[in-house]
Amino acid sequence: MPCLADELASRVVSAYSSQTPLNIIAAGTKSFLGRQADNCEPLDVTGHRGIIEYDPAELVMVSRAGTPLVEIEKVLHEHGQMLGFEPPFADAGATLGGAVAAGLAGPRRAYTGSVRDFILGTTFINGKGETITAGGKVIKNVAGFDLFRPMARSMGTLGVLLKVALRVLPLPEQERTLLHEESDELSALRKMNQWPMETQAISASSWDGTHIRIRLSGSESGIAHASAHIGGDQMDEVSYWRDLTNFKLDFFQQPGRLWRVSVAPMSAALGLSTHQLIDWGGAQRWLKTDETPASIRARADQLGGFAECFSPDPNVPTYHPLNGIALATEKRLKTALDPAGILNPGRLHPGF
Amino acid sequence: MSRPKPDRDPLIDQLRSALPEDCVVADPVSMKPYECDGLSGYRQIPRVVVLPRTVEQVQAVMKICQKTRTPIVPRGAGTSLSGGAMPHKNGVVLSLARLNRILEIDQDNRTARVQAGVRNLQISEAVQHLGLYYAPDPSSQIACTIGGNVAENAGGVHCLKYGLTVHNILQVKMINLDGEIVSIGGTSLDSPGYDLLALLMGSEGMLGIVIEVLVRLLPVPKVARVLMAAYDDIEKAGNAVAAVIAAGVIPGGFEMMDKAAIQAAEDFVEAGYPTDAEAILLCELDGTEEDVRDQVRKVEELLAKAGATDIRLAANNIQRVRFWSGRKNAFPAMGRISPDYYCMDGTIPRKELGHVLTSIARLSEKYGLRVANVFHAGDGNLHPLILYDANQPDEFEKAEAFGAEILDLCVAVGGTITGEHGVGVEKIERMCVQFDEASLAQFMAVRKAFDPDGLLNPDKAVPTLARCAEFNAMHVHHGELPHPELERF
Repeated sequence: MPCLADELASRVVSAYSSQTPLNIIAAGTKSFLGRQADNCEPLDVTGHRGIIEYDPAELVMVSRAGTPLVEIEKVLHEHGQMLGFEPPFADAGATLGGAVAAGLAGPRRAYTGSVRDFILGTTFINGKGETITAGGKVIKNVAGFDLFRPMARSMGTLGVLLKVALRVLPLPEQERTLLHEESDELSALRKMNQWPMETQAISASSWDGTHIRIRLSGSESGIAHASAHIGGDQMDEVSYWRDLTNFKLDFFQQPGRLWRVSVAPMSAALGLSTHQLIDWGGAQRWLKTDETPASIRARADQLGGFAECFSPDPNVPTYHPLNGIALATEKRLKTALDPAGILNPGRLHPGF
Repeated sequence: MSRPKPDRDPLIDQLRSALPEDCVVADPVSMKPYECDGLSGYRQIPRVVVLPRTVEQVQAVMKICQKTRTPIVPRGAGTSLSGGAMPHKNGVVLSLARLNRILEIDQDNRTARVQAGVRNLQISEAVQHLGLYYAPDPSSQIACTIGGNVAENAGGVHCLKYGLTVHNILQVKMINLDGEIVSIGGTSLDSPGYDLLALLMGSEGMLGIVIEVLVRLLPVPKVARVLMAAYDDIEKAGNAVAAVIAAGVIPGGFEMMDKAAIQAAEDFVEAGYPTDAEAILLCELDGTEEDVRDQVRKVEELLAKAGATDIRLAANNIQRVRFWSGRKNAFPAMGRISPDYYCMDGTIPRKELGHVLTSIARLSEKYGLRVANVFHAGDGNLHPLILYDANQPDEFEKAEAFGAEILDLCVAVGGTITGEHGVGVEKIERMCVQFDEASLAQFMAVRKAFDPDGLLNPDKAVPTLARCAEFNAMHVHHGELPHPELERF
């Protein structure tokens, strides 16, 4: 295995010296996100796989980045543990490295944390082909700059991930989903944000225009208490949250482009003429719509958030454009890690 | 080195013309309180101290310092335990203490927008009536500022369940070296582009000056109960911690103290600890009434099974506070039994606890210095307190050497030199032990990308390779680092 890491590093060294842009590839389950530059050489990292270290009592797992999520989740489940952020596309073969680079997280994210919140350290190859270690494998660690959490959502533009140490969580003793009729958006948002004041058991909440769904996780009596407080009908549709995570609900099959709008949970209704599915208690709003990208992004901006287009379209960039000081500040980090701009150029931001 | 008298220093003249009279302090007597932070063994009177009241004044200071290439040392409350706020002799100490307003509380979204100089505890106090609080609780929380918490990625006793500063901040506004306001993060749960917010956490003032922070607030748990368990063997206590966590319980707080710490704390505050125990655990469980009842039952059983000689559940809130008082006063308690103490801050994988504590005991004999251990057992963050007397010749140096060996040991077992106190000036050479050359050079490249001239908090947190080469030349034995067999990760 270490040979493969060395081989990957020497590929990056030569790409750096010849200024050849690289397209980092694993399972390709998120190839629809971001723009892939032309004339890139592919750098396949899927061979660099395997769990390196896992001790359930430490709540820490260290794995090579090419390890498929299904393999990781299987081992964790065997020990009564799980990934805290419900990454999508595990069944489609997604790898740990890809999950980190894209930083997508399922409904649990709003309650337990995002991909980056669980990263304790990484080893990666920078744009010069050097192998860099940042962070470690313990929960509390402030030595050195945090170059590991920013790997999440960087779309491979900051480094080729080799190893990732993750904090993991115990599987809840029980889970239950409650269904609540509610057709008013503001009232739905208010309820989803009030219930957590009464219980720590909520691990997901969505609203689809007619119903709020609340998932409870925890001990039997904790769930019973929360259920009694929240009320509503118990759902036995266990696949709902998995299908939401993996973009498989009927909602996602409707016509129009798929947009992800990220805003403060209690932000006002977007008020666009769209199909909408609200997740993360209001903080993540999925739209299926033909509204213009400009109008969606303007509305997200107005609410202090941002919008990402999840339907591949050569004319619509996935990621929310940045400019001015914000873009200049991003560029400082990119230049420090990938001075020649050869790692997934243009995948996240136009130009770098 | 000779330098112009304070009143003739052109830098001070420029600062005086940009800031109100009482915002610039340049006489040595008035600057005395700024000569050190919580790491009082390191002292330096700065060239000048500025205490701006407005963001515009901070911007003006940055512009002057950039133009004159003057080092800038940002300072919150000065509670750093690693010398993060220790002044530079040619530099400006930039105090953010007067930016102390809570700007906005958003009850609906459970956030608070505060200026950098707002104290950590002040936030929780301001939102208490809403049933909310700010979770990270470093032991200095009564004094330390949120800006300092960002710079150090401060922790506390509740990190295992509620996270570090990095998990509880949504947005930071900072001033870069050009004097521009940069907004990082946002009101939503994530933000477009790179996660610069994470990069900023724990960056020890080297990437910019924090002026404003948007913090997440959490609902105060309905119920919190504390179990205290005593063990006649410290390894049994360590195994008990592992058993609780492996069983799927994430306690709100999970602390361990060894015999020396128990005795000192008991003598100081009469917390009700059994002083004949080799180790005690404090396990706080919080949530709803029902959840906590279940967890207490489960944890009690696990602690007993691990061999506890005594288990007590705090009967009420008064007893709960009393149980915690011993742990929270462990540091001052040391002050009563020793003229000085030196607090270390390594983190280790928990399973290494027995081995590490045995080694620390051996080092204690080697150096002839007593040591007491308090431990954030849930997350592996160890605070050995080395007792010494600064008035005895060489004792401070011995304590430092003892501490350095403890940190090397933490790295060797797969841990880190600092869990929550930061590198600062104190542990900069230990960075050469934990990280390889390429990684240190990468950290330096990031620093330079934000601050090409190295003006922001110079000579801290990230060592130059030259410094490491010098350090290694002195410390490498037979051409090898300590524990060369171990992979550095």
